[in-house]
Amino acid sequence: MSYLQHLEDQSIYIFREAFANFKNMAMPWSMGKDSNTLIWLAKKAFAGKIPFPLVHIDTTYEFPEMLAFREWARKHYEIDLIVMVNEEARKRGIGYETHDPVTVTHELKSLALQQALAKYKWDALVTGIRRDEDSTRAKERYFSPRTADNEWEYRDQPPEFWGQFTTAVKPGEHVRVQPLLDWTELDVWEYIRREGIPVPKMYFSENGRRYRSLGCWPITKSIESQVNTIDGIVQELKTTKTAERAGRAQDHHERNAMQKLRAKGFM
Amino acid sequence: MSGGIPMPPAPKPVSKDYQPAFFPKRQGGAGAAGGPEEPRTRIVVVGHVDHGKSTLIGRLLADTQSLPDGKIESVEKACREEGMPFEYAFLLDALLEEQAQNITIDTTRIGFRYEGQGFEIIDAPGHREFIKNMVTGAAAAEEAILLIDAKEGLKEQTRRHGLLLSLLGVSKVIVAVNKMDLVDWKEERFRQLEKEIREYLGGLKIPPREVVPISAREGSNVKNPDPKRLGWWKGLTLLQALLSGVGRNEVDQEGPLRLVVQDVYRFDERRVIAGKLESGKIQVGDSVVFFPDRKSSKVRSIEDWGNPETVRELGPGRSVALTLEEQIFVERGHVGSHEPNPPVESRELKARIFWLDSEPLRLQAPVQLRLATQSVEARLVSIERVVDADKLEQKNDAREEVGRFEVAEVRIRCRRPLVYDAHDKVESLGRFALQRGSRLGGGGIILEAEYPASLAKAVTGEHLTWTEGRISQEARASHFGHEGAVVWLTGLSGSGKSTLAVALESLLFRRGIASMILDGDNLRHGLCADLGFSLEDRAENIRRAGEVAKLMAESGLVVISSLISPLQKERGAVRSACNSAGVGFAEVYIDASLEECEKRDPRGLYKKARKGEIRGFTGIDSPYEKPEKPDLILPTPKESVEISVQKLLRHVLAMVRLKDEDRESGEGPGGQI
Repeated sequence: MSYLQHLEDQSIYIFREAFANFKNMAMPWSMGKDSNTLIWLAKKAFAGKIPFPLVHIDTTYEFPEMLAFREWARKHYEIDLIVMVNEEARKRGIGYETHDPVTVTHELKSLALQQALAKYKWDALVTGIRRDEDSTRAKERYFSPRTADNEWEYRDQPPEFWGQFTTAVKPGEHVRVQPLLDWTELDVWEYIRREGIPVPKMYFSENGRRYRSLGCWPITKSIESQVNTIDGIVQELKTTKTAERAGRAQDHHERNAMQKLRAKGFM
Repeated sequence: MSGGIPMPPAPKPVSKDYQPAFFPKRQGGAGAAGGPEEPRTRIVVVGHVDHGKSTLIGRLLADTQSLPDGKIESVEKACREEGMPFEYAFLLDALLEEQAQNITIDTTRIGFRYEGQGFEIIDAPGHREFIKNMVTGAAAAEEAILLIDAKEGLKEQTRRHGLLLSLLGVSKVIVAVNKMDLVDWKEERFRQLEKEIREYLGGLKIPPREVVPISAREGSNVKNPDPKRLGWWKGLTLLQALLSGVGRNEVDQEGPLRLVVQDVYRFDERRVIAGKLESGKIQVGDSVVFFPDRKSSKVRSIEDWGNPETVRELGPGRSVALTLEEQIFVERGHVGSHEPNPPVESRELKARIFWLDSEPLRLQAPVQLRLATQSVEARLVSIERVVDADKLEQKNDAREEVGRFEVAEVRIRCRRPLVYDAHDKVESLGRFALQRGSRLGGGGIILEAEYPASLAKAVTGEHLTWTEGRISQEARASHFGHEGAVVWLTGLSGSGKSTLAVALESLLFRRGIASMILDGDNLRHGLCADLGFSLEDRAENIRRAGEVAKLMAESGLVVISSLISPLQKERGAVRSACNSAGVGFAEVYIDASLEECEKRDPRGLYKKARKGEIRGFTGIDSPYEKPEKPDLILPTPKESVEISVQKLLRHVLAMVRLKDEDRESGEGPGGQI
């Protein structure tokens, strides 16, 4: 069996284990390549019908194409989509025009998600994080418990083996379910190619530039690239040595920014 | 306000009739195997703390050019700022506190490619505190690199990790003797350690594939050989050793079918059974038996969303969604199998377990046993031996608990029947996790399994559940002072079954052991009054007697069955039923020849049979199969009734594990009756 097939089967297994064990789960969804891979895997896991809501944390700094993609996908995949905005922070004037990226990301992403958690009381969130994205993510589990304060106790994580995961939570706590943990950026693109998964056009070159990773438009930079096919992306990734999130400003603002963000609940 | 960023120009809007980027599908979905994507070997790196695991991984990544641009430079810069020499280990130890403590705290995963092959490294920490992370890492691996410091030699954790590898089923091990620079690159020292580790791992039945000398810090014999300093070494480099194992980790395509049911979905008009093929293949049209109820149905379809082609077969390792022809009751936890080669269904199992939690696992303490998608309450009922991972010595002292990081051979009893396999037969159905509270506290592998000779009858009722009483078998045993059991006497008519049964019953009763005879003729007056003497009816007679005996034994009685029970298959089925219920069963052969029995003929039955007045009489015109492996043989023509009864009594007393020593002498409270 190919490794990609192994990854697909494992991700489907994780999706189903989560749905069987949690009462009230949801899937944060950002319309990017990982999110679209997740939705595809969920469709497969549940034989065509995703039995839980998807959540888009709208920072209000979304690329117009991403919003258009969101509305297209809502119909195409027949999904139950919840859109969440931290209105309170926006009213306080939190924004890239006036605040540093770490603060803005925390307020408009992490806190918005916490507000949604408080409102909908989800006990499990399916995320698209991968171990290869950043060294702090390399230490994650497939089922990763979060405390009621949304914190990740990475010093004392439960063991996880033989397809047996942490599925019990106390009230107020939730578990991050991470079906793509073992995937790499290259795996994701090879899978998108194998399955023919629709993705935003921004990943492909326009006027000599394309996006490799998508976030808020004021802090997301495109890269120089002529690539406008999936084959081209796969080829480019096999030779590049630039980190995937190099174009995402909030990660590099200060030393250990990623770790600080993640300990506070960022995915 | 902390100040914003210079804002780039706002992105352009998109048109109203937006469509995303579509690319054609490249290959078939679930049915297609292989494809352009390569397989990848998962390797766990284990060994004693400070023997150089992180350094080796850093070196492997650097030597195979697998690091992102700037990674080495940024670590070099950080080291300069902290005034430290550059270490390859820092490449991995990205979290600040790890660098502060100089130990790896958790399992990390990182990939590299060499000679066109993909590898994924799982780094497992050596610090004793973090052994649970090593288990997490190693359980996912196909190959292991066990590192030994050439100067320090084999340490406690080297041995413990070796033992855990054998327990976790990672049998492909490469040993790297590291830090050869610290022993002046001496061959003698390497050979000495090689001999030691080969002996140790050989004893664990995981002999190393290769043992290679390296220096990760110096970059010797990791990717490139080091003819200058390791000139005496003519063997493989570490990377060559890894390459030589590629392709050996293929899944067995021919294993028995084990479809683990994760869920049943009814989101639309379909009823979809969702699960994973832990072993074997499944095809549309296959007849599948679902355990533990043993109901069967043909597979109607394999559902594969997004795949325009119809999938008709899936193999081991695949996630599967299928619909069935018959609407039988199936739920999460059930295991599908073909009729030949079924799994075991039992409330008892023998296992080797490891325990990770700081709070020991005590005898009789409830713990949740999770095997595939089954989850049942279980208890340790006995601890046979505890293995010390350091000295590999068995501790034979009587133990009441299994402590943290100990490995033990135990007997486990579950509240409900569990579907499983022996670990060496079907790996994934032969291993389990133990959970206390919300955390996994340990795990184990199943050492042996008694496979039934034939499949027991399917449960025909719909929506049956297994009701658990509050009184456990253990509680009953401690109340009565003994366990229930089934003593199954088999032999020809007139061999002495009834005589022995009556004598045994009163001896047991005098010892305060609750017992009851189940007599074949008596049963035919009530429970089996509707049955005749055809082979079919006689088989049903035995099945009912066996079920009743099992239930009575579960309630705490010692049941002495006195039935001819001529066929091995039927006696075997009763044994399986008792095994499943966790009830002791002894097949006792009352060995008297037909000649002898006919001579005795206490009720004149043989005479009648010879005259043809009785049809289908065992031994005359109906067969008797001698037990293949009886637990006890009593040759009644050769020994007195007293001797036979004493033998029988000794056997039963050992089976029911009398708690109160007094009663064995017949002088306990029951002795006064």
